[in-house]
Parts: sequence; structure tokens; C-alpha cells
Amino acid sequence: MTRKRRSRFDHDVICGLVNEGSSVLDLGCGNGELLIKLIESKNVHGLGIEKDIDQVAKTITKGVPVLHMDLDEGLTGLPDSSFDFVILEKTLQAVKKPLFVLDEMLRVGGSGIVSFPNFGYRQVVDSLVTTGRMPVTSTLPYQWYDTPNIHLFTANDFLDWTRANHVTVEHGLFWVDEAIIPFEEGDASEASEVLFVVKRFDAHIENLPEGRLEAK
Amino acid sequence: MVNPIKEELNVQASNPLPADTVGWTVPHRARLADVNNPLPLDCGEEITPVEVEYETYGKLNEARNNAILILHALSGDAHAAGRSAKADELNRPWQKNRPGWWDRMIGPGKSFDTNKYFVICSNILGSCYGTTGPSSANPETGQPYGLAFPVVTVGDWVRLQERLISHLGIKRLRAVAGGSLGGQQALEWALAYPGRVESAIVIASSTRLSAQGLAFNAVARHAVTTDPNFQEGNYYHDAAPDRGLAAARMLAHITYLSEISMSRKFGRKYRNGDGPGFHLGVDFEVEGYLQHQGNSFVDRFDANSYLYITRAMDYYDASSWGDGDIDQACRRIESRVLLVSFSSDWLYPPEQMKELAIALSRCRKHVSYANIQSSYGHDAFLLEVEKLSQLVRGFLKVRGVE
Repeated sequence: MTRKRRSRFDHDVICGLVNEGSSVLDLGCGNGELLIKLIESKNVHGLGIEKDIDQVAKTITKGVPVLHMDLDEGLTGLPDSSFDFVILEKTLQAVKKPLFVLDEMLRVGGSGIVSFPNFGYRQVVDSLVTTGRMPVTSTLPYQWYDTPNIHLFTANDFLDWTRANHVTVEHGLFWVDEAIIPFEEGDASEASEVLFVVKRFDAHIENLPEGRLEAK
Repeated sequence: MVNPIKEELNVQASNPLPADTVGWTVPHRARLADVNNPLPLDCGEEITPVEVEYETYGKLNEARNNAILILHALSGDAHAAGRSAKADELNRPWQKNRPGWWDRMIGPGKSFDTNKYFVICSNILGSCYGTTGPSSANPETGQPYGLAFPVVTVGDWVRLQERLISHLGIKRLRAVAGGSLGGQQALEWALAYPGRVESAIVIASSTRLSAQGLAFNAVARHAVTTDPNFQEGNYYHDAAPDRGLAAARMLAHITYLSEISMSRKFGRKYRNGDGPGFHLGVDFEVEGYLQHQGNSFVDRFDANSYLYITRAMDYYDASSWGDGDIDQACRRIESRVLLVSFSSDWLYPPEQMKELAIALSRCRKHVSYANIQSSYGHDAFLLEVEKLSQLVRGFLKVRGVE
């Protein structure tokens, strides 16, 4: 129940970040719930990508276009910068090749919206230290053997990746007691889940007038 | 305007079938081209007259907006659902006691729900099942056309189907749907008549056949045309080229299965006993299966039709709507599109369907694509009914007909 509530809360935040009438690609779209919300509230042109056929079927039933594909195989065929927003909502930690998926996200999208459970969250870390077992919490409700989360990383790990890969963080948000707060790196251990809006830094450079590019 | 269902209701009412079937069906005929209104063909010729056989299930509503056109594959016919009430009369004994080829998808409460939709299935031009084809009488000679029949294309078929739809008083179809060669017709509908198709369901198909597929068809036609009985297609008064046609069908059946389904079904089992019989006849189970498929096919299909239909399959290339560019072609499409492939289908591999899905996505079309895990190979479109039904039902449900 708590989890469901959180999930909708998350969707509201993403809806607030996406511009009216924009194009949105949702990677790992699940049952299409976020996309239908975006289509209905923001009139977006939406497309989902999902690897589980039962979820694909549910998305189709909602009237949302969806491609049954595995993100780890990339987005070959989708042109560069063809979507205004590409969303990775609680998906990144479940893919086999997270860096490849992030690259593809930034290739295809103007902005990337990435949300994930923060494995650096104090409660998670404490639980691991005190019980000596992999944490099972409301946001991480799985046992070690059945979890879809196969790459465990923290908010700070993600920020390290942005710095090393010419990626700008346009927004950072995190959740504390169901409140949304702008993310500061020092807060990392307080965040159960985080959301970042990212852009390829190179894209900014390309958009600068030629003289400035040379100066750089 | 005909009333195609009236007749069906009266037929064999005394012989009830399960509740989820469309019941006893009768085929209808319509003359859709005559001297005053010939059908122009892609090859540059015209054909007249053209008779079309079709069946319908369910009821056309008053707004005439609940019609779904079902398109059949290579050796299919208009009898898509229910039981044929005229199998004897039409001399089609193989139809007796057998439901139509997509009976599990079409009927009350099924994916193509005949309580809601008016479902039409028509037989293609060049066939031997009631629509004008090589075995029909050539009006110029009074004899069967044989190889004088013009080369027909998927585009020609769809233009003829458009005449049928207009003949039935339908402006816009709720959906077009088909598997394999039927899927290519569904795609062609969306390309040729974008304003008249609300949604297209393309199953186990692709924008065009691969070189490998062309090669199989070439061998199939070679088997038919080199049969000593073939006589340049003029065999209608003599023995038919059955051995060649059987060989063609055996070959085709290999392409419909997958390595795993063949292995599961037959393995290396012998028909008699545990060891080899040390003869060159049919000894393995799989040989027996193919021979049975080949032999039963010659009883129900015309060799010339097989040549013409495989040729149409070869020639089909959806990208011709965009001068060879699939994106340019896809931009024409206005309907919602559902694409379904099957993991072990190597005649129309999932990769080709995925390419079409991505091309449609690039053009910002409303497209959904699903690849069903199946070991059945190409035949899966007739066998994986549960998963397929779920997808089709969900896809059709959106903006459902009241």
C-alpha cells in the first residue's frame, strides 16, 4: 500500500517536469500507467518500451503505444534526439547494462529523467550493517534471490557518472517522508529514492555559437 | 445491400455447436468486376469478370462502423470461423467437421467478438476457393485460365477487398487483421486506404519476404512446374501435377515449423519399430508427417493458384509506397497498428517485425509491438491463441464499439 502511494507520488512529480505536448519515451514503462497519465494530463506524444510481455499487454489495453523490447539491446533505429524526454523510472537498477542504457537514453532524448531507489539511504545501509542481511524495505520489498534490482548504486554513484560523462544535472529531487526536496549531495544518506533530470553536456556545447566553441 | 447473416441462421439449426462458435456458415459470392468496371491490376492488365467468395459473422451495426476484415494466409480461404454448412455442396470434404481456420479467434466472446463486431473474411484473387483464379473460366476461351491468368499482387487483392467493403456499404473498417501473408494484406490496407482503416493487426509477417523466403518459394514453384503432369498449367482436363504440388507443400511445411517444434513432435523417431527399415521410402516420423501434409494438400488446392499466390508473396514490399523507403511509406498510415511476432518464426522473423515497429515509431505513428515466446515457429499465429487473444482484445478494446 505504502509502495503504491509512493509510486503515484513519483508519477505526479514526473508529470510536473514534462512539458505540455512534448514527446516522451518511457524506458521500462511497466503497465503504461505513467504514460497514460502523461498522455491524458500533458497531451504528450508517448511511447513505451517494455520487456515483460504481460506488462506490454496491459499497456496496449490502456491504448498506449508500446514496443516489446529489451533495453539491454539498445534503442537501435530510434534516431538521435528524437524525443524531448526519455524516462527511466525505477528501471536503471534492473537493466544488465546500465551505462549503455544511459548512453542510449541521452542519445535519443533531449532530457533524461532518471529515478531509482538510493542504496546509500541510511536505513538501507543500517539494516545491512545491523542485520547482516540484504535490506528488505517498503521501497525495496524483494529478497536477494528474487529482486529485479541487479545493479545496486547510490545517488552519489550516479552523480559521479554524470561528472565523468559530460552530463549536466538540471534537477535533483529526493523523497523524505513523502515530501519532495531538492537534492543536495550532502543529503544522500537521507534519500530513499532520488530523481535526476539530466542532459548531455556536449549538446549544450554544440548549441553554442561557433566563436565560443573555438574559445573553449 | 445484402443481408449475409440471414441465411446462416436458418442453416442446420438442428445441429447445434458450442456456444462460443459462430455456428454454421455459408459462403457468399459477389461479382465485383465486370466489363463495365474491370479490375485494373499492378501488372498492367485488367481482369473481368471477378467473383469473390466471402463469409461474414456477427452483425453490421446501423452506423456500419463495427466491421473487421480478416485476411487469410497462403492456402487459406474465406471460411475463417464456424462450420461450413456447404462443404458437401461445394465439394470441399476437408472442411467437413472442421472449424474455420481462425475459429479460436472469431466468435461470441472471443478476440474478434461477434457479439460486437461484424467480421468479414474474403478469399483472395488467384485462389481456388470461389474467388476468380487460374482454375476459373477465361471468358475469352471458355476454358480455365491456367497460366493465362494475369500475375496478381497483394495490392490487387486489397483493391478487390476494398470493392467488397464498399459493396457491403462499409466506409471505414474498425480493424483489418491477418497472419503471415494475411498480415501483409493488413499492412497493405493501412498503406493503401489510410482513411478507411481505424486499426491494423499484423501478425507473424513483415514488410517483405527475405531472400531466404524467396528461395523457398522458388523451389516450391520449381517442384510444381517440373512435374510431368504440369503441361504449362493446362492440366485441368487431365491428371494434376500432384507430386510437384505435394513437394512444394512439404517444403513449405518445413518453413512453418521450428527446429524445436519439429524435434519435439517427431525427433528422430521411426514409424515402424526402433531401428531403420533400410529402405528409401518413408521411414522417419517426420517424413510421414510431411508426406501426409503434401498428399492432403493436393486434394484441396490448385497447383496454378499455388504458383500465383507465392508469386504475390514474393513481390510484396510495403516500402514501395515510399519509393523503397519504409519510413516514407509508413508516413501514409493513419491507423493504430498492432504488430505481433513469434520468437521461433524464421520465415517472418521477429527482427523484421521489430524493424517495422521502429520505423512506425520514427514516423510518430501509434504502434505497439509484441514478440510472443513460442516454440511453434511460423505456425504459432494459429496456435498461440491465448497470448495472441490477450493482445488483440486489449488493442481492440480501446475506443470499443458501443
